[in-house]
Parts: sequence; structure tokens; C-alpha cells
Amino acid sequence: MVSLHSCHAGRRGDDVRGDVWLSYEPTPTAFELEFHSKLEGLYGDSTRALLKELAQKHGLELGRLTVEDKGAYPFVLRARMESLLQQVFDDPSLRIEPEAPVRPGPGGRPSMPPIQRDRLRRSRLYLPGNEAKYMLNAALHEPDAIILDLEDSVAASAKQDARSMVRHALLTLDFGSCERMVRINQGAAGLLDLAALEGAPFHLLLLPKVETAQEILEIETALQGRELLLMPILETARGILNADAIAGASLRNVALTLGLEDLTADLGVVKTTEGQETAWASSQVIFAAKANGLQAIDSVYGNIADEHGLRASVRTAKAMGFEGKGCVHPRQVLVVHEEFSPSEEELDRAQKIVAAFEEAEAQGLGVVSLGSKMIDPPVVKRALNLVRLAQAQNHGGADHE
Amino acid sequence: MSEFSTALGRSVPMEINGRTTLPFQGVGVHRPSGFQAAKKISTCADFPADGDKRVVVEGDMVAKLKEALHRAGLKDGMTVSTHHHFRNGDLVANALFDAAKQLGVKDLRWFPSASFPCHAHLLPYLEDGTIHHIEGSMNGPLGAYCSEGKMQGLGVLRSHGGRWQSIQDGEVHIDIAVLAAPTADAFGNATGDRGPSACGLLGFGLADSQFADHVIVVTDNLVPFPCLPWQIQGQNVDQVVEVERVGLPEKIVSGTTRVTKSPDRLLIAEHIAKFVRDTGIMKPGFSFQAGAGGITLAFAMFLKKFMKEAGVTASFVRGGSNQYLVEMLEEGLTPVILDGQTFDLEGVRSMRENAGHQNTSPFTSYNFHGKGNFASMVDVVVLGATEVDVDFNANVVTHSDGRLLHGIGGWQNCLFSKCTILAVPSVRDRIPVILDEVTTMVGPGELIDVIATEQGLCIHPKRTDLLEAANKSSVPILDIHDLKARVDRLCGGAPQKPRLGEKFIAAIQWVDGTTIDAVRQVL
Repeated sequence: MVSLHSCHAGRRGDDVRGDVWLSYEPTPTAFELEFHSKLEGLYGDSTRALLKELAQKHGLELGRLTVEDKGAYPFVLRARMESLLQQVFDDPSLRIEPEAPVRPGPGGRPSMPPIQRDRLRRSRLYLPGNEAKYMLNAALHEPDAIILDLEDSVAASAKQDARSMVRHALLTLDFGSCERMVRINQGAAGLLDLAALEGAPFHLLLLPKVETAQEILEIETALQGRELLLMPILETARGILNADAIAGASLRNVALTLGLEDLTADLGVVKTTEGQETAWASSQVIFAAKANGLQAIDSVYGNIADEHGLRASVRTAKAMGFEGKGCVHPRQVLVVHEEFSPSEEELDRAQKIVAAFEEAEAQGLGVVSLGSKMIDPPVVKRALNLVRLAQAQNHGGADHE
Repeated sequence: MSEFSTALGRSVPMEINGRTTLPFQGVGVHRPSGFQAAKKISTCADFPADGDKRVVVEGDMVAKLKEALHRAGLKDGMTVSTHHHFRNGDLVANALFDAAKQLGVKDLRWFPSASFPCHAHLLPYLEDGTIHHIEGSMNGPLGAYCSEGKMQGLGVLRSHGGRWQSIQDGEVHIDIAVLAAPTADAFGNATGDRGPSACGLLGFGLADSQFADHVIVVTDNLVPFPCLPWQIQGQNVDQVVEVERVGLPEKIVSGTTRVTKSPDRLLIAEHIAKFVRDTGIMKPGFSFQAGAGGITLAFAMFLKKFMKEAGVTASFVRGGSNQYLVEMLEEGLTPVILDGQTFDLEGVRSMRENAGHQNTSPFTSYNFHGKGNFASMVDVVVLGATEVDVDFNANVVTHSDGRLLHGIGGWQNCLFSKCTILAVPSVRDRIPVILDEVTTMVGPGELIDVIATEQGLCIHPKRTDLLEAANKSSVPILDIHDLKARVDRLCGGAPQKPRLGEKFIAAIQWVDGTTIDAVRQVL
């Protein structure tokens, strides 16, 4: 007979919405449910039935489960039950079947755009991994990527809850045409994160506080055959110094980014709006990325109320060579996209160059010229990139079928 | 209680508080004939020749109102009315019933133009029979009380225009109107735009002043005759009561009058503003109205930005005014605000200072028995709702659990605009907002053109012009059935039906005085 553990999962409190608190006490008597729900009149019956069914299916026949439901969606109920049962049976590999996806793709699987190395990564929206409510409509704000975060935005005590939440969110929610990224924890916790996400559909792993190429190789080993891209985050002096080696450590690497909050803490300096204290580190990341054929992506801008500050910060980032920026609030996405967009004059000139290039190709000419001016190959390459970027922007981030 | 069915198939009582009623016949079908109701004839010889109608007694507001109500001949079963321009900062209605209680009067019908959570003070008077029932919007605690079936009579909810209609055609006869006035003279002329308790205007009390048998003006800022400007005319006023304080204007700003901070709700507002811009509704000389509520206020902010970018100015906007509309007026984006109620103190200031900020009343804006009204002349209106259904019908008074929690306000009246847009999230913490059938029918779908959610906009199939114009917009256009299916997948199917009793607890009137739906007791 397995011994059952007393435990809890989920969130409670006056400000909790769209979530549930589950608390389990092992008792020698038959399984019973003590159920309180804000939505008793609307979904009380079906929620009770679901929780009982899941308990029964996984062999929980004894004890008392107390439920405080604040309008948790079925995928949240499943995620919380998964986390709870993992603890009850002390079995982190226990899985609860996910809900059907909100936007089913082929074969009823959640729809997801294909993995693509060189897609636009102007904006990536951070979503705390243990809070379902921010995930529901994140894609509507059309960031190029969403990040389900298991690291800094999740309390140490909530890591297991968050793993189940992120897994079920990826399996159920509609993230549109956004690239799905997950930020895992460092070290052993990160490996648990990876194990929990086995089979969940996403594109890219963000690796926090990477300091050496060796860490990337360890992740490589852990990933085995899984098809996932990597974006290392450099957040320490050691990591910045090793940027080149880290960038070149894996073919899975597609972009390199840095975390300024942790970096300034490591340097023992105050983080300023101007960012002089991290200018060298930023350049180092950009150079390391470019030298290894990766995208260079900037840190986040934390003051969500200051749109002008964000604009200025994106302009500086773009001028330095960054191609993207992290967003901590959906309203930052549009500003970031606008500032990373080429101006009309830039675009106009680029389109002319592309046209000239296509004409030269069609005529089998090796040299591209515009008017009387010769155009060098790198200029043509940049123009092609610019036009591609503009086309991607015109199509918007998400598809609306 | 005998029931019959409306043109939309909803079951409503045949009798409301002893009066026989007509079920909703369809939009624009019911056309009553005959003559308007009238109040008792009065004679100027019965009033002081020097124009001083003050009630001079010692004591607080309750003591003074007690005397005034005594002189007015308050009796059991009478109808007493108040206006709601102070919104959640009203002090007069509570004092009025404190006075009525002290006079030992029973079974009063309260006929406010709206009620607010501050009126939870009146719950004991509903319990002890001082108030028999309320005919007016029932917000918060009063709505909850009514939903549990505790009120003696049937609640009757009317739109602002419908309230005026009910007074005009005699459906409701007001015995005594008690009207809070931020500034008044001893003759009874009164205005809302100035004084320490300025609340903007007094349009919601105007019909009461014209049709009630007895009118009491209560003011905390008595000025020498004549009070200029006046919206309430002293010729309609019987008594003037001077008190310390009639209301708390800082509480005019309530939850529904602040711009939302939620990213998803801002997205709804932005979708709507883009739609209005891209479909060409936003053209030189257009007009719009944005109701109370965080999303609709944010809509006005986005629209202002787009108007500036395009160099477009409106010919008029309709308020509920607030600081955003006032900025548009003062920056020249519109020459006029036609204002039914001020939603914040900037609105109050502007109404006092700007000639183009015109006070209105439900008569000018919404009235059914008027020879036309403003509502149908507005190019686009953005409103909220608690629920909508796949036929575009909408509910604003009950939640999905069947509880009565909101009033109708001007909502039904505004549906007559050239383009009516309801701004709603598709789901609220697992409560689906898009249903197969609304819990309570308050607005017929044929008058609702667009349902705007964070996922995108649903356009009523009969508006082929809008569907075509929307091709020019980047805003996602969705089929309402597809959107509902998506919401249901997220929520785990449609919700259970609320557990309701047989007993009706409130009737919902349509703008023409027919009954469009009724609310049953929540078990």
C-alpha cells in the first residue's frame, strides 16, 4: 500500500481569479470532496464531477480533498489536480490527460506554427508560469513570441504547480502564430522542468544565467532527440565574458540575449535608464551573436507606464544592433514592433534594391546596380532582410482565421 | 401570477403591481394614443407672493425633510421620487426615507432615476414595510435583496427614456418629488452646475419637477433670487429645504467611470476605435456616444488619438461626460457635448464653463413620446453588457447566475443609434459572455450591430454594409457562433442554467412601456 501525502496545489486569496486551491488530507475513510466555488450555479456540477473522475482514475480512494474554486478553467483544474496527485503519490511522472485544445490543429492536437530558426523575434512577452489568467489572451496582443516562465516569476514553493500549469497551457491554449518559448530554471530544477515538459508543444527553451558553454552542452544531452531551439540568457559577468563560446556551443542556438537586472546586481552597479553601465556587455552580446550567426536580443524595459522611455530604449537597442526586446506587459508589444520597423524611406530604398537584385538575377548579371550606382552584396542582403521584416509586419503577428 | 409571451418569446407577468401591462410587441410596433398624464392643477394664489418657499425648521436634513414631507401630505402607499446625479454620493434619498420612517408612513413606492450601493441604507425600510417596492434601476445590495424575492412588490426596471415615458403616459404618477439641488433660490429655481456640491446637471429630475403633484427642492447652496442658470423651474416647485449637504460629488466617480487598465479590455477598446476609423464611420462631422464603463471610456481615448491623426472633428458627442470628452471639447475635436450626466468633476467644471457643453434630459435625448429624440441621430454608440447571445440579443441587468445587479440606464435608448457596438470580454473568469440565449432579454438583437470582444468583432448578419466596410480594417471579424464555440471549449461547455424559482421579482420594460422580460427569484 502506497503511503499518501498531505499536500496542496493551486492558488488562493482574495485577488485570485480563474484559479483553484486544492488541499488534500489523507484519512482512512473513503474519498470525499469538500467543494466551494464562486461559480457553483454555473459550473459547480461539472467541476465536482471532473475532480472526482480524476481522483478515481488515478486511484485516490481515501482522504479528503478541499476545493476553493475561483472560476478555474478546466485546463487549470487539470493542471492543479496533476500537481496535487504528483505530490499525493510522490510521483512527478504522473500525468493527467489535457483538455481538448481551444483551437484544434491536425489530429486534434493543439495547432502550432512550425519550428523556424530565422523567424522574427522583435518582441517576446513574459508570462508568469503559475498564473493562467495572463496566458489566455496573450497571443491577441501579437507578440512575435510568448514566454511561459518557470524561473524568476515563480516562487520556489510553486515550481511543481507551475510545471503542470505550463504543460497544460501549451497543450490546451491558443497561442496563435506566436513562437512558444519556455524559460526553465538553472541546474537540477531545469532538468525537472524539461522532464515535465516532455511532449508539450513548444519551440524554444530560454536558458537563464548561462555562464559557460558546458551548460549548453548539458542541456543538449538532456534534450536528446527533442526538436527544440535554444536562446541562452547571459546575466552575469562570467556569462558575458564567455558570450562567444556560449553562442557557438550548440546548433540549436538561434539567439543570444542578456538580463540586465541580474547583470547589474552581479556587477554591483545601479541600473540606469541610459544603461552606460551595461553598454559594453550589450555590445559583447551583439558581437558574439553576430559572429555565430545568431540574433541579438535585448533585455526588458521594466517601467510599464513609461511609453516614451520604452520607445527611446528600443531605438537605442536597434541602433546598437539588437533585433528584439523582451516585454513585461502586452501594451509594450506594439511600441517595440513600431520602433523595430524600418522607416518608409528605408523601406522604399530597400524595395528598389531588391527589385534591382531580382532583375540582375533574371538577366544573369553578377552585379546589381541601381541607377548609376553599384550595390554591394551586403547591402543587397540587408535590403532583402528589411523587406522580409516589413512583409512579416504587414501580415501582423497572429493569423485570424 | 398569470403570464403571457412577448414577441421574442419571453414569459412576462400580465400584471405589474396591480397594473395590467402589455408584453413587448416588437421594435417600433407599439404606438399608444390618447393624451398625456397631468398633475393636479395648482394656483399661484396659494403660494407666497414674495416667492419664498423655504421650510424653516431647526435640525438636520432628516428633521427638515420630515417637516416638508408632512406639509406635502405624505401618506401610506404614495410614490416618492429622487434623481441620481450624485450617483454613489447621494445623501438625499437615504435622509428622505429616514424621515418617512419617523413619520410612520408605510408602503411607499420609491421611484428613483437610478440607485447605487450607497442606498443599501434603505434595506431595513424594505424589511419593515416603509418602502413597499422600488421602480428604478437596482444596483448592488438592493438588486441582491430583490433577487432573493424579499421585496414586497415587483421591481420595475426602465431605461432613462422609459422612465420619462412612464411619467408622461400615466404609468407612474409621482406624488412627491424630492430633488437634490447643488444651487437653488428660495423660489425653487435650481441648477446642478455650481455650488459646493455641484454635480453637473439635473436632467434626471426634470420630469419629476414637471409631473409630480408636489415638488420639494433640497439644496445646500441657497442663492438670492434668481438662481442662474436654472434647469429646474421654480414654477414647478412647492417647497425649498435648505440643508448642510445634499451629496458628495467626489463619489460621482464610481467604478464604471474609470478607464480600464486591463490589457485585454484595452484591446477591445482599440479594436472598436480602429473599426470606427477604418469603416469610415469616423468622418468629418460624425457623432458618437460612449457609455459608462472602463472599456467604453478607453474607446473614447483611442478614438481621440485617431481623430487627431486624421484631422477629423465631430459635429457633436453625447455624454455621460468625463475628462476625456472635455479634453476633446477643449481641444476643438468637437464643438458640442450634449450631456445627460456628468461622470466626473471635470465634466461638472466644463458644463459650468464651456458654452458648447450643453445639459440635456432624457426628454431631449431618449424620450419615446417626444417628437423624435437625439439617440437615433448618433452615428455610433459604444455600450457594455453582462451577456449577449448568438442572435445579438443582450442583457445588462442580471448576471449569468440570474441575480439582478445593474440598472438599464440609457442603454436601451442608445440602441437606436446608426451603429450600436457592445463592448464585452468573450469570457469573465470562466463565465461565458456569449450564450445561446441571454438570461434576461433587455435589448433585442435587431438593434445591435456589432459585438466587440478581445478576440475580434462580430457583426450582425443583416448589416451587410458594415460587413463589407470591415474588409478595410485590420480588426479581426468573427462569426459569433465560432466565437461562442471557442469560448465554450475554453470553459468546458456551456454553463448550467441558473436555479430560478417560479416567482417574478422584477419586470424589465422596453422603451415604449411594454414589458420585454421579467426576472425570476434566484433560489
